[in-house]
Amino acid sequence: MIQQFRTQAGGRVDRSQPVHFSFDGQPYEGYAGDTLASALLANDVHLVGRSFKYHRPRGILSAGAEEPNALVTIDRGPGRITPNLRATQIELHDGLVARSQNRFPSLRFDLGALAGLASPLLSAGFYYKSFMWPPSFWNRVYEPLIRRAAGLGRAPGTPDPDRYLHRYAHCDVLIVGGGAAGLAAALGASATGARVILCDEQPELGGSLLDEPGVTIDGWPAPDWVKEAIATLGGSVTLLPRTTAFGWYPGNMIGLLERVTDHLAEPAATLPRERLWQVRAERVVLATGAIERPLVFPGNDRPGIMLAGAARTYLHRYGVKVGGRVVVATDNDSAYRAATDLHAAGTEVAGIVDNRPAVDSEAVEAARALGIPIRTGLTIAGTEGGMRVHSAKLSNGTDVIPCDTILMSGGWTPSVHLFSQSRGQLVFDTASGTYLPSEGAVGACAGVFDLSACLRDGTEAGGSEPRTFVVAGMPSMTPAGPPAAARPHRSAFVDFQNDVTTKDLSTATDEGFVSIEHVKRYTTAGMATDQGKTSNLNALNTVAALTGQGIEAVGLTTFRPPYTPVTFGAFAGTARGALFAPVRLPPIAAPGAVLEDAGTWKRARYYPRDDETIDAAVVRECIAVRNEAGMLDASTLGKIEVSGPDAAAFLSRLYTGDFSRLAPGRCRYAVLLGEDGFIRDDGIVARLAADRFHVTTTTGGAAFVLHHMEDYLQTEFTSLRVWLTSVTEQWAVIAVQGPRSVEILAPFIRDIDLGAMPHMSVREGHIGDVSLRLFRVSFTGETGFELNLPPDQAQRVWDTLRERDVTPYGTDAMHILRAEKGYIIVGQETDGTVTPDDAGLAWTIANGDFVGKRSLSLPDLKRPDRKHLVGLLPADLAMVLEEGAQVTDGMRADGLGHVTSSYFSATLGRGFALALIAGGRSCIGSELSVPMPRGDIPVTVVDPVFVDRPGERLKVRPVPTVQPESLLPPEPWLAPTSRPAGSVRLAILAPTTRLAIRAGGAAATGIGLAIGVLLPTVPCRSVIARDRAALWLGPDEWLIVAPEEAADLPDQARKAAGDHLVSVVDVSHATRTLELAGPAAAWCLNAFCSLDLDQSAFPVGMCSRTLLGKAPVVLWRVAGDLFHLDVGRSYVPYVWDCLEEARLELADG
Amino acid sequence: MLLIPCPWCGQRPENEFRYGGQAGIVRPADPAAVSDADWGAYLYLRDNPKGRHVERWRHVHGCGRFFNCVRDTVTDRIAATHKPGEAAP
Repeated sequence: MIQQFRTQAGGRVDRSQPVHFSFDGQPYEGYAGDTLASALLANDVHLVGRSFKYHRPRGILSAGAEEPNALVTIDRGPGRITPNLRATQIELHDGLVARSQNRFPSLRFDLGALAGLASPLLSAGFYYKSFMWPPSFWNRVYEPLIRRAAGLGRAPGTPDPDRYLHRYAHCDVLIVGGGAAGLAAALGASATGARVILCDEQPELGGSLLDEPGVTIDGWPAPDWVKEAIATLGGSVTLLPRTTAFGWYPGNMIGLLERVTDHLAEPAATLPRERLWQVRAERVVLATGAIERPLVFPGNDRPGIMLAGAARTYLHRYGVKVGGRVVVATDNDSAYRAATDLHAAGTEVAGIVDNRPAVDSEAVEAARALGIPIRTGLTIAGTEGGMRVHSAKLSNGTDVIPCDTILMSGGWTPSVHLFSQSRGQLVFDTASGTYLPSEGAVGACAGVFDLSACLRDGTEAGGSEPRTFVVAGMPSMTPAGPPAAARPHRSAFVDFQNDVTTKDLSTATDEGFVSIEHVKRYTTAGMATDQGKTSNLNALNTVAALTGQGIEAVGLTTFRPPYTPVTFGAFAGTARGALFAPVRLPPIAAPGAVLEDAGTWKRARYYPRDDETIDAAVVRECIAVRNEAGMLDASTLGKIEVSGPDAAAFLSRLYTGDFSRLAPGRCRYAVLLGEDGFIRDDGIVARLAADRFHVTTTTGGAAFVLHHMEDYLQTEFTSLRVWLTSVTEQWAVIAVQGPRSVEILAPFIRDIDLGAMPHMSVREGHIGDVSLRLFRVSFTGETGFELNLPPDQAQRVWDTLRERDVTPYGTDAMHILRAEKGYIIVGQETDGTVTPDDAGLAWTIANGDFVGKRSLSLPDLKRPDRKHLVGLLPADLAMVLEEGAQVTDGMRADGLGHVTSSYFSATLGRGFALALIAGGRSCIGSELSVPMPRGDIPVTVVDPVFVDRPGERLKVRPVPTVQPESLLPPEPWLAPTSRPAGSVRLAILAPTTRLAIRAGGAAATGIGLAIGVLLPTVPCRSVIARDRAALWLGPDEWLIVAPEEAADLPDQARKAAGDHLVSVVDVSHATRTLELAGPAAAWCLNAFCSLDLDQSAFPVGMCSRTLLGKAPVVLWRVAGDLFHLDVGRSYVPYVWDCLEEARLELADG
Repeated sequence: MLLIPCPWCGQRPENEFRYGGQAGIVRPADPAAVSDADWGAYLYLRDNPKGRHVERWRHVHGCGRFFNCVRDTVTDRIAATHKPGEAAP
């Protein structure tokens, strides 16, 4: 028989739409609008799972999120298997495949149930007591066994193919719960014009009102009133059904999980499966309702025993009768309504067992009038039944009532989980014996169970004057009192999900656990995914009785997020695969190069020819640099422009060197220390002009160095007139190194005399028609240049040089070449405990004070036995030591130091290494050993410079007479094509002129007049004048955007400043501008940007640096539906892909 | 995630900021004149209060400014933020 427990009519399911699904392989039929639980009950299936510890048969207890028993696995195909879902929340769709869990071989015949026979051994804390001996068994036997037995469903083993998105939102009022109080609160809040979000975990808003077709509000049947209320709210309030508020975090940030497609048989590929919302709410209204408590009696967990309120929900919402012959057990009036409603639907109600001595209310009278037997002063003392309950034994010891269903109600517990997570103060209410939120809650969550009071309080909580609604058809009920305590019994379950009984709780208190937090951890009551929704108060009450305290003295345990489990996919969102983090590529493409990670960048490690091995390629690249010429893409080096009259003084205080006498056009190697005296970074300081420096940093250290400099500039050396501008992405860098580098470059560089450039100098000019900042520096020991170029032109220069047989070399060759010269790499030769002297860089230390100088004279930093940087040569020429290997003298047990870098050198024809060795410089020439698993490797300590100790190769070379030549022609730039999407357009704009201006107040006005656009003084605002704009980025910092033709803008600005102190840096090439336009532009951005982009919070003209996903951007609202994002060049692909991901849902068709 | 009121840009989410440690640690004007013990204290000794803590933050993904912030280390509530040089309220 199909759906034999479906009522003839009624319920909110669509009887015209049968839905077919399977449970444990058995096909069933339900209706659209069913949950898995309601459809199973309609088919008289109560047995749906096995309990966690004892494998007891379990049925459906509830109709909502509190379900502890009916946990199933949903199988939507490979990689789409989700375990431990509550059948009461799974919406039915055609083809749904569900399976029970924690049973073998089948649900009805489960071998694990043998555990039930061992239940005396499995009581509270059993694993602390039972697995003590022998100790060696814990790791090999006990733990693996327990791990296999623990858990219910199994996680899928294949990657999750679904998409998940995040969304940031802001509102004045967030209402959690869409029942009577929540809807009334939304009506109240929207009337004030506030921005309101209302979320509810169920597919349909209305909460318990959907169970009340017989009750009217203002003349409307309650479910119709819900429809009217939603229609009133539509448009002004963001309504989020299928959305669980799972966590309340600091700053009123509420985590919401929106289930977008799980209820659909065939979801569109453009939709994410789930969306995780991070909502910032000015105010949160908790209308989360209340959860009915089970009664605690022996055998209260058999299939067929469920909550009385759930039976009404199944009847009124789904048109399902939960049984044929029902016994109702209660300690309050609400369960009488279940009895009368089921009676009216044709179910036999065999009796109501009420443990109160006397009862009297409209609800009780209604049951009595129908002739339902009411037994007061009694409760259930035990039940019988295997896979389904078949009788209830009353506490008078004589009466046994045959039945197939027991409905129980132990009163209602307000759902205070979120309030508890917010660290709110919970107040004990003596009358109901429950804890209530001290503020911010409304309706049943606040302990108010009268419908008209819920509605009135709701409108007031929303922010309006309290509004009275006329409620009719609801019988009056006596308010429920505190729950009665239950006696210790091995099968009186308190926590169904964790299989905790009253006996376990008494064991815990007998063993001296007094604090409820300790009892919770010892027994596991209220733990795990369930977080004690149905069990917490019963556990509290039992512990209170066992210890002779009041409930309020026992206290409540802290509820943990999430309220119900959240998938890992939702937390990860788009942060996986290609969008896990920005992948920054340098501006020069190198087909065939093998890339490696370097900080946030990808760099070319080596450039294999044909099927060359890595070793062969690296040897070839090294030899080319030493004998001819090679080129390295060094674009990822950090670059900072330091300008202002005190720039030299500032750099002298930040770096180890003294730059006051460094002539313009000259460079110096410099080391950056922390105040503790240890090396943090190094680089080249180049003086472009008296008041302007170009400073390079390591690739990975760029962000840190700028932050470090700003720290001292803003908070310590505040009197210095200096400004810092990052120009890392403004310049691409090609390092051309080798004895032939001069003759190779000379034909292309006409306005710089290469022959007149000493080692460590800088000039500005052109290569071909491309502007050039040329450094004569060397990280290889060979004559070398670093060409700083506009990144759009770098590829032409690279390709031109490649045609001249300049060998591209990667980071592996670079590492070897610099190690042969004893040049350190910060982070490889240093580890945060290395001083300049340790690294052989004492020569960089100037006389004056600088950050870290004082620490260098601390006794520990002057000890002669500190570890020094030295070279090591293994006796075996072919031996290449392992980096990180310890070095010993064969006498002492502890090592003398370790190998920091080790390579095979083609130039030397042997392996060599750099190492940090205690007192290393005083033991040059001595023999040490490197202990390895295959035996000690003898090594000789040597000076760390292996090639050209005198530096002959760095000297100026004469420039041969050459014919001028041209670069390859430029390639036109092609903007990427975005996916078509109706409501929002994405594009990359053509290049523009961009200036970073830093100036004080008076100068700012003058510059504004000179360049034709006033610099705004209001934070985060912009000014547009004709074809140019000025964006406020900081209190003395602006970004000027002008047409590309306005290339002379920097000079205009500098001239206008006159004697005023300003810094003007051209940053035209550092970023690209992405344009996002259309009605849904802000909506798209909020998938990755956490700012409030409502026009009231981020009006037209507002601009700010912020983060889009993990990429820094400047966000500028040019018009209501038009945003510009200034994005660092290397972040463009990441930001582009993020925005495409956000736009996917809007795709046409 | 905390909401931090930048004295220039207003309330912004925590991930736009970088923590800067205890506020009010002043670098000695003449480090060479400071004893080893006092220098060590300047480098390494910091308060670790339960409750009110005055600390530095930088709006690194915003206006780039350092500022001071009065935060309760128990509740994570921020009582006030102010520009450097201004007195804590």
